[in-house]
Amino acid sequence: MARVVVDVMLKPEILDPQGQAVANALPRLGVNDVTSVRIGRRIEIEFAGEADLDQARAIADKLLANPVIEDFVVHADAAGTVTPEGDSQESEPAEAPA
Amino acid sequence: MSTRVGVVTFPGSLDDGDAARAVRLAGADAVGLWHADPDLHGVDAVVLPGGFSYGDYLRGGAIARFAPVMETIAAAVRDGLPVLGICNGFQILCEAHILPGALIRNQHMHFRARDQRLRIEAVQPVWTNAFNDSQEVVIPIKHGEGRYVADERTLDELEANGQVVARYIGGNPNGAQRDIAAISNAAGNVVGIMPHPEHAVDALTGPSVDGLGFFTSMLKFLAGRPASEASAAGTAQADQGATG
Repeated sequence: MARVVVDVMLKPEILDPQGQAVANALPRLGVNDVTSVRIGRRIEIEFAGEADLDQARAIADKLLANPVIEDFVVHADAAGTVTPEGDSQESEPAEAPA
Repeated sequence: MSTRVGVVTFPGSLDDGDAARAVRLAGADAVGLWHADPDLHGVDAVVLPGGFSYGDYLRGGAIARFAPVMETIAAAVRDGLPVLGICNGFQILCEAHILPGALIRNQHMHFRARDQRLRIEAVQPVWTNAFNDSQEVVIPIKHGEGRYVADERTLDELEANGQVVARYIGGNPNGAQRDIAAISNAAGNVVGIMPHPEHAVDALTGPSVDGLGFFTSMLKFLAGRPASEASAAGTAQADQGATG
């Protein structure tokens, strides 16, 4: 079994009201040096066999992210994969269609 | 034979009954369509009603977009099938890339339910021919994710092509870019609208009867359409039903 992690984030130019609400709450904790908070979504996909990054990328592009408003990054999860050196499998951020 | 208008029910649809009632009040037969059934059962137009299809687990409309009926609708849209997506229906149309842009969480994070003033910005042949240019109407809104966004180029194109169908006036309830409340596709047969015209069809239950105009527009359009065109669309739908 192998785990692939997909991180989905709103594109930088899209306002993130959730992140903004959190950022606005930070001064109440006494934190005043944070200028921005943005909230995304982490999705873990487990494959029965080896991690299929291409397929994970296709799933992310079609369903997990909406390329109109979101960017995503797909990478093998070090803890859940056959190759413990997960860092080497880090993929480039997927190109969003124009 | 009277016009048949399909109303799709997805898991979580909650305005399908009201949409069907609006269709009947406008003078057509409402035909219930089921999301898992790819067959459009020979309807002349389709309404995608509001609700919370598939619980909005991922994003509003993201999973509903893959419903079998949506494959058939996407194909029929290319042949000119009139489709009106209301609220969650609008989200589904954007997720399916039938309409450009996307709908995200309201800027202020609050769910908004109120009677909303709109200006009809584009009097188009299919869904808005019953309105006057720049007519102001009152139609309820009720949504938490109704903020319309698209990149600047897309927004400019929508404006230039007259695809901005309605704009919020008297306050923008969700932070939508350029106050956009409703848009159409380039061909004009598909409209997505965040407010709920099906809740403004009867003085007893709504703030106005302004919403009825969308439904009567579509019926007038279908009544005036050449028979050859109507049968072509019907054939295309039948083909889809057979292969689905």
